[in-house]
Amino acid sequence: MDTNIATSNLKSEDYFINMGPQHPATHGVLRLLLTIDGEIIKKVEPDLGYIHRSIEKMCERDSYQQIVHLTDRMDYLSSHINNEAVCLTVENALQLEIPERVKVIRTIIGELTRIASHTLWWGVMGMDVGALTTYFYGFRDRELINDIFEETCGARLTMNYNIPGGLMFDIHPNFVKRTKEFIAHFKTKLPEYDRLLTGNVIFQKRMKGVGILTKEDAISFGASGPVGRGSGYSCDVRKHHPYSALDKVTFKEVLRTEGDSLARYEVRIQEMWESMSIIEQLIDNIPEGDVQVATNAVIKLPKGEFYQKVETARGELGVYVISTGTKNPYRLKFRSPGFSNLSLLNHIAVGGKIGDLVASMATLDIVVPDIDR
Amino acid sequence: MNITLSITKNIHNWLFSIMPEGVASITEMVLIAVVYLAIFAVAGLYLVLLERKVAAWFQLRIGPNRVGWWGLLQTMADALKLVSKELTGTVKADKFLYNLAPYFVIVSALMALAVFPFTQEFQAFDINIGILFLIAISSIGVIGILLGGWSSNNKFALIGAMRSGVQTISYELSVGLSLLTMILITGSLQLSEIVEVQKNGWLIVQGHIPAVIAFMIYMIAGTAETNRAPFDLVEAESELGAGFHTEYSGMKFAYFFLAEFINMFIIAAIATTVFFGAWLSPFGITESIPLLGVVWFLGKTLIIVFLMMWFRWTFPRLRIDQLLTLEWKYLLPLNLLNLVLMALIVWLNLTIQF
Repeated sequence: MDTNIATSNLKSEDYFINMGPQHPATHGVLRLLLTIDGEIIKKVEPDLGYIHRSIEKMCERDSYQQIVHLTDRMDYLSSHINNEAVCLTVENALQLEIPERVKVIRTIIGELTRIASHTLWWGVMGMDVGALTTYFYGFRDRELINDIFEETCGARLTMNYNIPGGLMFDIHPNFVKRTKEFIAHFKTKLPEYDRLLTGNVIFQKRMKGVGILTKEDAISFGASGPVGRGSGYSCDVRKHHPYSALDKVTFKEVLRTEGDSLARYEVRIQEMWESMSIIEQLIDNIPEGDVQVATNAVIKLPKGEFYQKVETARGELGVYVISTGTKNPYRLKFRSPGFSNLSLLNHIAVGGKIGDLVASMATLDIVVPDIDR
Repeated sequence: MNITLSITKNIHNWLFSIMPEGVASITEMVLIAVVYLAIFAVAGLYLVLLERKVAAWFQLRIGPNRVGWWGLLQTMADALKLVSKELTGTVKADKFLYNLAPYFVIVSALMALAVFPFTQEFQAFDINIGILFLIAISSIGVIGILLGGWSSNNKFALIGAMRSGVQTISYELSVGLSLLTMILITGSLQLSEIVEVQKNGWLIVQGHIPAVIAFMIYMIAGTAETNRAPFDLVEAESELGAGFHTEYSGMKFAYFFLAEFINMFIIAAIATTVFFGAWLSPFGITESIPLLGVVWFLGKTLIIVFLMMWFRWTFPRLRIDQLLTLEWKYLLPLNLLNLVLMALIVWLNLTIQF
């Protein structure tokens, strides 16, 4: 009786914190509404919209050549692959015959983009679990890729190298040499990543068995990319629906069945090896030929619906176009990998500690402008 | 005869000749305090610079190299900037405690410095419970962190402060016990006597196996005591922003920052004193020049400081439950066993003495 009175007089509230929009762990302007009990996470609610730029709406206004430039600003770490997705959609709709040279160059640069994105992710991943040094190691290697990009297309991040019908211009004469140099360099540096972080006992303890996502959940949440593959869900678009020159190369789809943070981490590290092998297969025999096919100055897609998916560094990016036959799309929808991957954050973080939330979120590899288009 | 010590003796004699005894000793205390304060405020700043240089070295960077030669004036400039900055704070902060907190941290850090035997006669305060004093003083700092985190009315700061409380209370046990293990050999808590004992060989050599274990435990627990990576959960910038000092700015923040580095120096200095023979040179090679003792002391201390920086720039951070598991399930039982082992070794006279 007495205890009842005592408890009824006590007011209890959930401890609620706002993580973000300005917070180092959220990698941009993402706000997480956290309900915690001491250190234990009870609920995570991502709040989006802080960097929404209405890209999909702007696409309805712009011509197809212009849309390509907008896609750089979605997932800025895979800007080339985003460009490629739109270009492929338009080319498929117009049934253009793309030169082999273009396909091979697109694939090589796409894989270089993937390596650049994963090295940056690795650096930031280390930083999120408290090992600040990884950041600089990741950036050291990423800079070399950016230098190659800069030489070829004049930009380091938002590349705009693709246009519907091919590439804006041919590769720089140094491209092949420098790419080979980079691969040789990175083959010696990637084991360094393992020595610095992967094998560390604290890191293993932080990652193993944390943020577990089962295969069924991965599928039902629409996870893709390394997040899905870390749970054993074979979802590599490059393997199942090869585009550009990806049907000419052999590579392994990296799969892990554990579904924890460490699995997602290892998938990305292995993917860098696979990407290097893809580049090595293509770099020596880039076919000669044109780098673009002539298109009309004003591209008009035939009436209908078109869909193309590609594998960005973060997962499956889908471009869905509804055309009414005019020079701009009636509706254009991007299926961004980050959005679906972020949606499972609550699922994998509840019950863990604050540190686990940060580590799991880092393994989802979110890029906020990709989520908020 | 060395110069520094005769100067201090001259000042001492002169003070006592012109003043009554009570006034003279108080004046002397104030003088020593001011000198220590000046030396260690500057030393703290240079430790910050050292850390930045070491970090740069680990991270393929150059580090500060613009202000002064080799960046030597960089941290001075930073300190000046911090002095001139506005002191902000939250509206609903508990003003009194909020303002008090940084002083707890910095004062406790500076107080501990008084007992270190930098060389034979260069020790401000040689009390017979030196080690106990050090352990007691270094645990006052956590009150400042708790107060700072609690009073600044910020939820992140509160989590940081609570983590700090949990962490320091746990790891103090290990620091104390590992030092206690070494006290079994010396039989005295007085720091000058601990050094005296080591003239027959540094304690880490005298106590061989248990001493090495004790040193390892001490380094782990000591790093945790200073809230540095891999135990920097208190700040954990990727989790809590800046942790307990999120709401502090300007000089109040600088006090927390400086205290961290002075604490690191203290932990290293204790290790030097207790394990590596303080100012004693190896095999007494420079015993005839006592002033060189300072160089030996600082040299050994800086090597241990470098070790702690090495930890910080290569290890990821632990999680709070792993932190506590490490202490209560591994370090503490191991420490207690080690204590028994050391007692046996001392009892059976198995220590190595030169």
